Amino acid sequence: MGVALTRSAQWTAAGHGAKTLEVTPLNEAIVKEIMMFVESFIYKYPQEANYVFVEPLEWKTNLDPSAFGSGYAVSGTTVKSEEVDKNGEPLLYLSVPKIKIRSFGQLSRMLYIAKSMKLKEAQACIEANRNPVAKILGLDYNIINEKNGNSFVASVLDKMNKDDDPESEIKMKIALQLKQLDLHLLNHSLKHISLEIRLNSGTVKNDIELLKQFSGKGEQTVLESIEYTSDYEFSNGCRAPPWRQIQGEICYVLVKPHDAEILCVTCSKEGVFLNGGKTDDEGQINYERKGEIYKDLVTLLKEKSAIFSENMSKQEVKFSEQLQKDQPNKAPKEEVAVTHKTSITSRKSAQEKNRINLGRSQLTKRLEPSLNWRTSVSSKESRNTLRDTQVEKHGGKLEKSRSSLSPGRAQLIRKSVEKIEEIISDSSSESEEDEEQPDHRQEANADLPSEYWQIQKLVKYLKGGNQTATVIALCSMKDFNLAQETCQLAIRDVGGLEVLINLLETDEVKCKIGSLKILKEISHNPQIRRNIVDLGGLPVMVNILDSPYKSLKCLAAETIANVAKFKRARRVVRRHGGITKLVALLDCGKHSAEPAQSSLYETRDVEVARCGALALWSCSKSYANKEAIRKAGGIPLLARLLKTSHEDMLIPVVGTLQECASEENYRAAIKAERIIENLVKNLNSENEQLQEHCAMAIYQCAEDEDTRDLVRLHGGLKPLASLLTNTDNKERLAAVTGAVWKCSISKENVTKFREYKAIETLVGLLTDQPEEVLVNVVGALGECCQEHENRIIIRKCGGIQPLVNLLVGINQALLVNVTKAVGACAVEPESMMIIDRLDGVRLLWSLLKNPHPDVKASAAWALCPCIQNAKDAGEMVRSFVGGLELVVNLLKSENKEVLASVCAVITNIAKDQENLAVITDHGVVPLLSKLANTNNDKLRRHLAETISRCCMWGRNRVAFGEHKAVAPLVRYLKSNDTNVHRATAQALYQLSEDADNCITMHENGAVKLLLDMVGSPDEELQEAAAGCISNIRRLALAIEKARYS
Amino acid sequence: MDQKVLKRLVESISKSVNSFKKSEIECLIRIFHNLVGRGDIKLANVGLDRNTFRVILHSVFGMTDDVLMNRVFFAFDKDDDNYINVKEWVKGLSVFLRGTFEEKLKFCFEVYYFNGDGYISRERIYDMLKNSLHQQSPGEETDEEIRELVDIALKKMDYDNDGKISFADFEKAVKEDRLLLEVFGPCLPEAKSCLDFEALAFQHILTSSF
Repeated sequence: MGVALTRSAQWTAAGHGAKTLEVTPLNEAIVKEIMMFVESFIYKYPQEANYVFVEPLEWKTNLDPSAFGSGYAVSGTTVKSEEVDKNGEPLLYLSVPKIKIRSFGQLSRMLYIAKSMKLKEAQACIEANRNPVAKILGLDYNIINEKNGNSFVASVLDKMNKDDDPESEIKMKIALQLKQLDLHLLNHSLKHISLEIRLNSGTVKNDIELLKQFSGKGEQTVLESIEYTSDYEFSNGCRAPPWRQIQGEICYVLVKPHDAEILCVTCSKEGVFLNGGKTDDEGQINYERKGEIYKDLVTLLKEKSAIFSENMSKQEVKFSEQLQKDQPNKAPKEEVAVTHKTSITSRKSAQEKNRINLGRSQLTKRLEPSLNWRTSVSSKESRNTLRDTQVEKHGGKLEKSRSSLSPGRAQLIRKSVEKIEEIISDSSSESEEDEEQPDHRQEANADLPSEYWQIQKLVKYLKGGNQTATVIALCSMKDFNLAQETCQLAIRDVGGLEVLINLLETDEVKCKIGSLKILKEISHNPQIRRNIVDLGGLPVMVNILDSPYKSLKCLAAETIANVAKFKRARRVVRRHGGITKLVALLDCGKHSAEPAQSSLYETRDVEVARCGALALWSCSKSYANKEAIRKAGGIPLLARLLKTSHEDMLIPVVGTLQECASEENYRAAIKAERIIENLVKNLNSENEQLQEHCAMAIYQCAEDEDTRDLVRLHGGLKPLASLLTNTDNKERLAAVTGAVWKCSISKENVTKFREYKAIETLVGLLTDQPEEVLVNVVGALGECCQEHENRIIIRKCGGIQPLVNLLVGINQALLVNVTKAVGACAVEPESMMIIDRLDGVRLLWSLLKNPHPDVKASAAWALCPCIQNAKDAGEMVRSFVGGLELVVNLLKSENKEVLASVCAVITNIAKDQENLAVITDHGVVPLLSKLANTNNDKLRRHLAETISRCCMWGRNRVAFGEHKAVAPLVRYLKSNDTNVHRATAQALYQLSEDADNCITMHENGAVKLLLDMVGSPDEELQEAAAGCISNIRRLALAIEKARYS
Repeated sequence: MDQKVLKRLVESISKSVNSFKKSEIECLIRIFHNLVGRGDIKLANVGLDRNTFRVILHSVFGMTDDVLMNRVFFAFDKDDDNYINVKEWVKGLSVFLRGTFEEKLKFCFEVYYFNGDGYISRERIYDMLKNSLHQQSPGEETDEEIRELVDIALKKMDYDNDGKISFADFEKAVKEDRLLLEVFGPCLPEAKSCLDFEALAFQHILTSSF
C-alpha cells in the first residue's frame, strides 16, 4: 500500500510535520479499501493475523477505554490486550490518547470496536504512519517494496531460501498480501480518478471563450467580464503555473457578474471552485480552495449570480434551437468526420510536440509536469467527453443550457459516434434515475449486521464449491431478506456480485437459475444495478435469453427488466442484441409442439412472454430501443399479447406500448394493429395500474384523429368518463384526464362526454389536484369550451372562477391551456362578465410578459374575445397602465404565432378610437409595416386585418404607404387562403383612400388580382375588392380629367 | 428373441409403467438385452450388474460421482438382488426420462437416504458433501467448512429441527425451491442427455412409423 499511499492519495500540500489526508472522494475510497482489507484480515488469514509487527503502529485515537470489552484489561485510561507477544508485551496498548497496535488481529478487532468511528481511526492511523509497510515488516522489506515488482518477488524468494524460519515465511505472505492490496488500491484509485476527471483544458477554454462572447455591458449579456489571470498559455492549453498543474489546476479566471463582486475562480481537472482571490500587491493568487467544487464554470456562476442564470436561460432557447437544427445533418457525415478527425488530431499532436521542443529552451525545468499532465488527460479525453454528454442530458435544464451555449462543445460531440446516438436516443418521456449518483459502500459507521458475515460465508462456498455446494449456498442465500438494502449491499461488498455473474457464464443450469434468482431480487437496488452493468453482467444475461430452458429465459428477462432502469444499461442491452431476443420471447404459443418434457426448468410460454414484455417495458424508455423493438417486429406481437386476459401480462405489454406511443411510427402501427380496441377493453379492468397505462397509451395515441374516433367507436369514452370520478390514485387520474383531453379534440367525442356528464366532473377537478392532472383537465375543458352548450355548462357549475384562479400559476403547459380555456369561455358575454369581475383580463394581460412564447401567444388569443365581449372594452383596456405599449412592443417578437396573436389583439383594441390613437402614438404603424414581408398565411391574415383597422385613424393610411406596407400587401392576394384574400382586400380598400397608395397598388398589379376577387362567392371579399378598384379607377379618372381640362 | 415372450413381457410391464408407449417399451427391452449381452436368456432372472450399470450412467447420462452412481443403482434395484432386471430397468428409466415431479422427488430422496431408516442423517449428508469444495489439501480446515455447509443445508431443509431430513422435510423444501431436488449431488440425468438417449433409443420407432 506504500506506493498507492504516496502516489495516489491526495495529501494536503501545506502541512509540515504530520500531513493530513485531504477530504476527497478518492482518499475516502482508499481509506475504506484499506479498512476493509484490515477488517477481513482476521478471517481470511488467521495465521498471519497473529504476526507481530516489527514496530507498532501508533497514533492518537479517539477511542474510549471503556469501549474495550472481553479480551482486554481495562484500567482507568489504559487498555492492554490479553493477547501478548513472545516477551509478554501486549499487542494492543492504549494510554489515552495514544494507541499502539502490533498485529493485524488487533487492528481488525480495534476497527470492530471502533464501530462508527472506524473510518476516522483508519484515517488517523494512516496519517500518523506514513510508511506502514516498513513498520509492519521492517525496513528491509520496505526497501524491496520500493523496487519494481519483478525483482521484488525474486528477492523475497531469495530471502526465503536463505533463512528458513517460519516467521519469514509469514512475513513474506504478509508482504505479498500488502503488495496485492497496494496494486488493488492503485487500480481502484485509477478507476476513481478516471471517474472523477471531468474537465480538461479544451473544455474549460471553450466554456470561457463562449462566456466571453456573451459578456459585456448591457442587460442582455450574461456577465460583465471574464478574463484569464495570465496571458501565457502552455503548450498543453493550461495557464496555471506548472507547479500548480501538478495539482490538476488548469487556469484561473476573474469573473465579474452583473450582480456580484469580482470572483476569482480556479478551473481544475476535478472541477471549478472559488480560490482565495488575487492578493493586491504582487498579483499573486491565493490558491487555497475557498468554496465548493462545481463541475463546471457555468454551474458555478449560476450558483453565484442570479442575473447570470436568468440571462443564460434566455440564451438557452435560441441556442438549443440552433443546435437542433444542426443535429440531423450530423449523423450521416459521422464516419467521415471521425476518420478525418483522427488524422487531424495526430497531425495536431505532432505540431504540439514541435511547440514543446521550441519551448524547452525557456522552460526546460518547468515543462515536465505540463507534459505529464497532458498525456494523462488525453488518454481519458474520449471517455470524458462521453461522460459530459451523459451528464448533460441528465441534469436537465441546467445542463442543456451548457450544451446549447457552447458550439465548441458541439464540435466535440461530433467526435464520437456514441455521442450522436446518445443525443438521438434522448427520449422525452424518460424519467431517469440519476445514473451517476455516488457509490455508497456499506456505511462505514453502521454496525455490520450479522447477515453480513453469514453472507460472506455463503459467498465463500460459491467461490470454492462444486455445483452441489454452490446450489446449497445459493438456496440458502435466497432465504435472506434480499429486499433489504443491508443484504443487497453485503452481497456486493463481499464480492458476491462478481461470483454470481461468473456463475451465469458456466454451463450449470442450476447454478445459473440460482444466481439469477438472487440477482433478480437484489437488482431492485439502484446501486446494485450499476454494479451489475459495470461488471459486465448484462451481455451475459442477454446471451441467456437464447437458452433452451424457459425458466432460465424468464429469470434473465426479469433481471434485465430490473437492471435496465437507466440509460447506460438500456444501451448495453441494445448493443448486445438484447432487444431482438426479448422481442422473440414475446412470440409464445407457436412452439407448442415441443416435446412434453416435464423438466424442472420449464414454465409456461405465457410466463416467458410476460417476462419478455417486462424487460421490454424497461428498455422502451430509450428512443433507440423503441426503434429497435419496432424493427424487431415487436408491435404485432405486443398486439397479440394484448388480447390475453392476464393482468400480469397486460401491464407490461400496455406499459411498453404506452412508452413507445410517443413515437409517430408507433401510433400509426398501433392504429393499424387494432390495438386501440383492446386498450379500451382494458380500461374496464379492475386493476388500477392497468387502467392507468391504458389511459396513458390512449392519451399518447389520441393525437391522431382516426384514433380518437376509434376510441369512441369501441366505447372507450364512457369508461374514461367514469374513471374521472375516482380521484384517489393521482397517477391514474393524470393519465385518464390526459386521455379525456386528447379525445375531446374531436367534436363527436365532446358530445359523448357531455352525455356522460364528464364536463361537470372535470370542473370539479379544477381544485386541489396536482399540476399534471390540472394541465389535462384544463386542456380538456378548453376543447369542450369550443361549443356553446358546454360553455354554459361550465359557467353554471362554477368553472370560471377556478379557471381564472389558475391564471396566476407558473407551469408553462398549464398556462397555455388555462388561457385557451378562459379565452374560449370569454366568447360568452355572460361568462365574460364573470371573468371581468374576477379581474381575469388583467391577469391575461400580464401573461403577455411571460417569457415563454407559447404562453404569450395563447394569452393574446384569449384576450381577443375578452375585448370583443367586455362591456365598455375601450375603457377597460385603457385602465391597464402601460398595457397598450406592452402590446405594441410585442410586435417586435420573432415568433410568428405571437405576432399573429398580437395583431389580432391590436385589431380588437383599435376598434376604440381613443385606444387607436394611443397605439398610433406608440408607433404601431412602422412596426406593422415591418412585418408585411411574410409568407405565413396566419400572420398575413391577422396583419391585414390590423392594418385595415389602423387605417381608421389620422394619417395612418399615408403612413402605411410611407413605410412601404402596400406593395407586400398586394402580393398577399396571390395566397391560396381566402381568409387572407378577404382581410387583404379590406386593408387595400382602406389604404386606397390615399392617392399615393393607389398608385403603388396599380404599379404592383393589384387591379387584375382584385378583378378576380370580385368574382369570389365571398360577399365581403367582393365588396372590398370592388371598393378598392373603384377608388383606383376614380383616381385615374380624376387624373385624366385634370389632364384634359 | 421370441416375439411372443417379448409381447407378453411388454404387456406386463406396460401395466405398471404409463409413461412409455408399448412400442417404446419394446425398444427399451431390446436395448436392455443388448446391454446384458445375451439375446436368448430367460428374461426374468438376469440383469445388469452394478459395474455395467455405472458404465451406462456415465457414458449415456453423463454422471460422474461414483458414490451417487452406486446409489442410483440401488434406487433402480428395487428387489435388492444386486442386479437390475428388465422391469426395474424400464421402470427406472421412466422416472429418468419422463418422471413427474413427484416421482423424481421420491427417487432423489431414495438415492440420498439409501439404506437408511427413512431419514437423511447429518452423517449421510457429510458423506455426500465431503468432496464438494475445491481445496488443495483436505485438511482440518476443509473439514470444518464442510461441516458448516452441512449445517447450512440442514438449516434450510430440516423443518422439524430433529437434526435429520425426513421425506416430509425434503418434499416441503423441494416444493419451495426446485433447485433443491438434487441438493446433495446430481442423481438425475440432464435434460439434454435424456433427449439424446430418447432420440437414440426410439429412432427405430420414429423411422418405422412412416
